[in-house]
Amino acid sequence: MQHTGKTDISHDILLSAYRRMKTIRTFENRLHEDFKAGIVPGFTHLYAGQESVAVGICSHLTDQDQIASTHRGHGHCIAKGVDVMAMMKEIHGRQGGICKGKGGSMHIADLSKGMLGANGILGAGAPLACGAALADRLEGKGHVAVVFGGDGGVNEGAVLESMNLASVWKLPLMFVVENNGYAQSTPQHRTTSVSSYEDRARGFGMPAVTVDGLDFFAVYRAAGELIARMRAGGGPVLLECRTVRFYGHFEGDTQRYRPAGDVKNAWEERDCLRRFAQTSGLSPAELEAVDRDVEQLVNASVQEALKAPHPALNELHDGVYVSY
Amino acid sequence: MTRHVSLKSAINEALDQEMARDPKLLIFGQDTAGGVDAGGETDTWGGVLGVTRGLYTRYGDRVIDAPPTEMAYVGAAVGAALSGFPVVAEVPFIDFMGVCFDQLLNQAAKMRYMFGGTAEIPLVVRTMVGAGINGAAQHSQMLTAMFTHIPGLKVVCPSTPHDAKGLMIEAIRDRGPVIFCEPKYLYETTGPVAEAPYAIPFGQAHLAREGHDVSIVTYGPMVPRALEAATQLAETGIEADVIDLRTLSPLDIATVLKSVQKTGRLVAADEAHPRCNMATDIVAQVTRQCFTSLKAAPQMVSAPHTPVPFSPVLEKAYIPGAEQIMAAVTRIMA
Ligand SMILES: Cc1ncc(C[n+]2csc(CCOP(=O)(O)OP(=O)(O)O)c2C)c(N)n1
Ligand SMILES: [Mg+2]
Repeated sequence: MQHTGKTDISHDILLSAYRRMKTIRTFENRLHEDFKAGIVPGFTHLYAGQESVAVGICSHLTDQDQIASTHRGHGHCIAKGVDVMAMMKEIHGRQGGICKGKGGSMHIADLSKGMLGANGILGAGAPLACGAALADRLEGKGHVAVVFGGDGGVNEGAVLESMNLASVWKLPLMFVVENNGYAQSTPQHRTTSVSSYEDRARGFGMPAVTVDGLDFFAVYRAAGELIARMRAGGGPVLLECRTVRFYGHFEGDTQRYRPAGDVKNAWEERDCLRRFAQTSGLSPAELEAVDRDVEQLVNASVQEALKAPHPALNELHDGVYVSY
Repeated sequence: MTRHVSLKSAINEALDQEMARDPKLLIFGQDTAGGVDAGGETDTWGGVLGVTRGLYTRYGDRVIDAPPTEMAYVGAAVGAALSGFPVVAEVPFIDFMGVCFDQLLNQAAKMRYMFGGTAEIPLVVRTMVGAGINGAAQHSQMLTAMFTHIPGLKVVCPSTPHDAKGLMIEAIRDRGPVIFCEPKYLYETTGPVAEAPYAIPFGQAHLAREGHDVSIVTYGPMVPRALEAATQLAETGIEADVIDLRTLSPLDIATVLKSVQKTGRLVAADEAHPRCNMATDIVAQVTRQCFTSLKAAPQMVSAPHTPVPFSPVLEKAYIPGAEQIMAAVTRIMA
C-alpha cells in the first residue's frame, strides 16, 4: 500500500494530531530532563520518536474504543486523550495522579478514556484486549480494541495465543507492532524469527499491513482502513509500524549497543514530528501556536505535580478487595 | 584472598568461576550479554541491572540472550538441564514468573519424582525480589513463599555478598532446580568475599548476631533491617539473636528452634504479604515444636496485604523496616 504525502485529512484533524504528537514529545523530553535531575521516581520508558504511531492510530478511536498499552505507555495515553496534568502527577506519585499515585509510569490507565493501562508485563495487554474486543463484538455497536506491542514483546506466548484467539473468535482487535528495532539492547532480528510481522499475522489468518511509522499520513491512512474493516465485522488485523526510539530503553540506558551515530541520526533524519510539520500543510504560525500552548501545558503539569501533596498513608490499603 | 565486593559482583564472580569450571554450563536470559549483534558495543547490559556483565566477553556463545519469551526459554532451560547441560536462566523480576510458571511448577519441580527418581535437572533460575526501588506493583514483589510451597524446588535468598557467592555456587552444583532470589535492594551493599570458589551448603541458617532475649528470624532484604533493629534494641538492654535463614527450602528449622529454646521469644519477619509467608511458616513450626519454651506469643512482621504501591511515600510505608521489628520486639518483651 502507498500511503505517503498530504491527504484529504481535515484541517481540524491535522491540528489536533499535531497537538497530540507535540504534547507527547514535549512531555517526554521534559521527563528526560527531570529524570536526569533526579526529581522523577522509579523507572520510565519514553515514547519520544514514535508519536506518529500512537496518534495516527488513536485519531480514529473514540472513548468507547479501548486500547491496551505497554511499558512505554505515555504516548498511547496522550494520544487517547488522557489528561496530561493528571498523568504528570501520576508519574511523580502524587495526589491527583490519574491512578492516585498508586500505579506510576508503568501502570498509567484511564478507563473512562478507553485506556486499559500501560503494563509492566510484556505481552499481557493482548489477552485483555481480546476480552475488550469480545465485549465490543457482543455489544454490536461497532466499537473496536487496539493492543500495542513492541518488536520484542510481541513474541511473548500471550500475544501469539491472543492472535489465534482473536482470529478464531473473529474479534474486532488490531494488533499494532511498534517496531523500533530494539528490545532493551537486543536487536529485532535476535528476538523475532521473521523480518516482517505480516508473516506472523498471515500464520494466524489475519490481514496485515506494514507502514513507515515515521510517516503520520501512512499510519493514519492504513489504520483508518483497518479499523473501518473491523467496525464492519471483518475480524482482527495487524499493523506493523517501523519506527525509532529516540531515548534509551529506560532513562539511564547509555545505548552504547546502538551503532555509532544511530541516535543522532534518529533525531536529525528520522523525526516524525519534523516530517509532519513539513508535509502537513499547516502554516508555521499554526504550528508555533500549538508549540507554545503545549510547552505551557507541560510546564504547568510539572509545577502542579511537584506542588501536589503525596498520597495520605491510609490510602495504602484502598483499592484492594481485601486488605489488612 | 578476601576483598570487599558488592552483592551483585559476588553473584557475577560465582557465575564466572562456575562457567570456568564446567564447560557445559550455560547462561540464558534477556540482555544477559546485551547488545550482541546490535551494531554497537557488545556486552553492555548484563541483564537489566548488570549482574552478568562481562560473562559474554569471557564465555561467548555459552551466554545466550533469549527473546523476551520466558515460557519458552525457561522451559528450554529445564529441557537442556534434563539433557545434560546445566543452565542458569534469568527471569529478571520474580513478578514475571507468571509467564513461565508452568515450566517450573509442573515440569521442573515434578519430573524427578514423577519419573521415579531418574531425572536430574541441574537448573538455577535467578530472579530479583523485593521492593524499595519505586518499581511499582509488577516489579517489586516478594513471592519467595509461593515457590517454597512447591515440592521439588529449592529456594534460596541471600542477604550478604559472602552468602550470595557461596549459595550461587552451591545452587549451580546442585542436581535439582533451584529458584535463586536476589534481593535487588541489596545489590550494591558490600562485604567481605573470598576470591577462591566456595560453596555454602543449603539448609544452614546463619546466626548473624547473638543475644539471649529474643530470636529475630528472617532472610534476604529483611536481614539488614533486623540487624539495625537489634543494634538499637541493644541500647535499651535487649539482646537479640538474629537468624538469617539463607535458604527457604530446605529450611534449617533446627537452628531456629535452638535459638527459641534459649530466648523463649520469637519475632519472624518477611517482606512478603502477611498470609502464608515465611514468617507464618516459622511461627507455625516453632509453636508446634517448642511450644513449652515460649514465654510469649510469637510476633510477625510483614508487608501489608496490598500490592506494592508506586508512590515513594506509600512504598516506604509498605516496606516493613527496623522500626516495625523493634515494635514487635517491644510487644513481645512487655
Ligand atoms: C514478561 C516480561 N519480560 C520481560 C520484561 C522486561 N522488559 C521490559 S521492556 C523489554 C523490551 C521490550 O522491547 P519491545 O517489545 O521491542 O518494546 P520497546 O521497549 O522497544 O518499546 C523487556 C525485555 C517485562 N517487562 N515483562
Ligand atoms: Mg522495540
